[in-house]
Amino acid sequence: MLSRTADHLFWMARYIERAENTARVLDITHKTSLLPDDSEGAETHLWYAPLNIAGCAEGYLAKHELVEAEAVNRYIALDPDNPSSIYSCLMSARENARSVRGAINAEMWESINASWLEINRMIPTLGKDCPTCFFEWVKERSHLFRGVTLGTMLKDDALNFIRLGTFLERADNTARILDVKYHILLPSVHDVGGAADYYQWGALLKSVSAFDAYRKVYRDVITPQKVAELLILRADMPRSLHACLNEVETTLEIINGFSGREARRRAGELHAALHFGRIEDITQQGLHEYLTEFLEKVDLLGQEIHTSYLARREEFAPSPMQKMLMQVQ
Amino acid sequence: MDEITPAAPVTLIYDEMYTSEGAARHHYQNIARQLFSLPLDALAQKQREAEMLFRRLGITFAVYGEAAGAERLIPFDIVPRVFGSKEWARLEQGLKQRVTALNAFLHDIYHEQNIIKAGVIPAHQILDNKLYCKEMQGVDLPNQIYAHIAGIDLVRVTENDFYVLEDNLRTPSGVSYMLENRRTMMRLFPDLFAGHSVAPVEHYPQMLYDTLRESASPYISDPVIVVMTPGAYNSAYFEHAFLASQMGVELVEGKDLFVHDDKVYMHTTEGPQQVHVIYRRVDDDFLDPTVFNPNSALGVPGLMKAYRAGNVTLANAVGTGVADDKSTYLYVPAMIEFYLGEKPILSNVPTWRLELKDDLSYVLAHLPELVVKEVQGSGGYGMLVGPTSTPKEIADYRDRILADPSNFIAQPTLALSTCPTLVEAGIAPRHVDLRPFVLSGKEIRLAPGGLTRVALAEGSLIVNSSQGGGTKDTWVLED
Repeated sequence: MLSRTADHLFWMARYIERAENTARVLDITHKTSLLPDDSEGAETHLWYAPLNIAGCAEGYLAKHELVEAEAVNRYIALDPDNPSSIYSCLMSARENARSVRGAINAEMWESINASWLEINRMIPTLGKDCPTCFFEWVKERSHLFRGVTLGTMLKDDALNFIRLGTFLERADNTARILDVKYHILLPSVHDVGGAADYYQWGALLKSVSAFDAYRKVYRDVITPQKVAELLILRADMPRSLHACLNEVETTLEIINGFSGREARRRAGELHAALHFGRIEDITQQGLHEYLTEFLEKVDLLGQEIHTSYLARREEFAPSPMQKMLMQVQ
Repeated sequence: MDEITPAAPVTLIYDEMYTSEGAARHHYQNIARQLFSLPLDALAQKQREAEMLFRRLGITFAVYGEAAGAERLIPFDIVPRVFGSKEWARLEQGLKQRVTALNAFLHDIYHEQNIIKAGVIPAHQILDNKLYCKEMQGVDLPNQIYAHIAGIDLVRVTENDFYVLEDNLRTPSGVSYMLENRRTMMRLFPDLFAGHSVAPVEHYPQMLYDTLRESASPYISDPVIVVMTPGAYNSAYFEHAFLASQMGVELVEGKDLFVHDDKVYMHTTEGPQQVHVIYRRVDDDFLDPTVFNPNSALGVPGLMKAYRAGNVTLANAVGTGVADDKSTYLYVPAMIEFYLGEKPILSNVPTWRLELKDDLSYVLAHLPELVVKEVQGSGGYGMLVGPTSTPKEIADYRDRILADPSNFIAQPTLALSTCPTLVEAGIAPRHVDLRPFVLSGKEIRLAPGGLTRVALAEGSLIVNSSQGGGTKDTWVLED
């Protein structure tokens, strides 16, 4: 398919997935904020985390003096000046979809366009009474879009690039959500293993819809190590890093064409590390350090996918197979 | 030229639906009964539903001069415009005749130029025309077809008198509205269709695909076809994307294509892939910066060379503009007689050429009654509609004419037919025109109907969407 089309589809999917995960991060922060905490600067500390995770703390501080719940929520959810706000993500997803109207079907376009029209209608009153309702809405729209895509789309490269975007973004986002724990939680050592700790890990699990799965898999109290194992290494956990890389790797294998060797190699390497990884090694390295390294590798993989498939290569370099075909013609 | 009687008094204007006695015409009787039995607020509600559908589907167009990315809906009117099968058959015949002659003319002037040699059209009209493309001289095209897609603008003045206003042979747009209007009507008024046998138009994309396929070089067995758009901010972008997806072909921009060894390729995720037919919705000027406008970033360097080498088909061909220019328009009836030896079935609007002295003095003396247009203008821009203009507008326009008379033509204000239309005040007659789309490949194909445009302001004759016009579904009834 056209490189530019693949590029737009890849980014359309990434933006939708990013909107969903941003909503998940805000949701967990919101739920954590409902816990009693009267320590000094608790609100600032708590609400700085989602800014940090989304990488938009600087942009926020340029506009606001104080880090406080309502302003952070607004900035991350709705501010058009923030390129990674949920609002901007939905806009970018729609712009990408609009650029390739011909490559997606009417139902997909209607779903994405309706989300965009709806968020614009919601803006004035958004999140005032029920922040969680808004986050639920974002998640639902993302689920709906994914459902429409899987339920209606021809299984060709257009779908492959959409899936590639979805799972690469999700791997990145799950790693960031896990890192929330490092950024916000546990102001004091005596909380470890306490009620607050339990609640926070629980909230984190819920934010990636993994709470019930945890119960099923471990039938045990919630421990940080097991949460990390579930969300990093368990291949049967849909939003885990391992599950995401499974999808990325198999999708890269079935994309047509002769380019992409290096992208496949990188994906394979990353996948193997998750497939054979042990949680003990990860905690020994330090969860935050492990996740930081993982995010860098995902970023490099994204760049390689761009070079292999999405960039327009100006030089005329037919593959051996194409040369053969051209001679036949 | 004979004196033209000025616009008919309002009561004598032909209405598509009602006779002058106020009865619904035969082919409109079911509609009058079914549609107009609904209370006005129910109709208004349907109209709002239609708008919501269009908004949801993103059937919008961008308006030049407004903020980048501003999207507007073209107003959709729910009262269809209906043709009986016999009157349509005659129109269809006339359209095919006209387009056949226009294609023959384009082939001729880019080859032997017999029509000039025969003295039917003066040489300067063609060879000095800005839209005559000398790069096309002597280039042979598959099937000798230049205007693969023609959008002929027609108006009706009386029951049997149709006039051709314009032949759009470059990149005519609007066909997506023809299709979406039908889809919307079927969704909102299924009962209305149950009571009529309305000829379907949904197969237009297939007809277009067949036409493009037939237009590839005969040496290619399985041509790769693409639609080429200037990009997402073009006013007709929705249509470009729509047609590409309906035909199942790639929608490309200039930057997706490149030329190597006089062949055109597109960048794909699997590497370069050769392209054989380009349905291009990019104007000539922007197609190839090495031949035409050097500043254009929309085109593909080397495209013209590949085209002249016969390695790619462009639809429509380069240089068709010389045949749809408003001063060449005057000669279309003569072309029909010259190439086909037939009498024209559809009439031209009587036209004054302001480069002629007598015509100029007549027109200057009658400006308030006439419509004056720029020879190469389009989209309803830059024209003067005498009867609805202020004395100052007329005086200003007179100055423009005097500065360069040969750039203008004038026509009488035609009494365009009206069709009942839902407006704020209720159902009222509004002027309409019609743009059918004629496809030329190995044969000529025509979807029954076309795009009916309606001037929504009372008394207005300007139907262009860029000037606030709306559209209607157009029905051709089968016997």
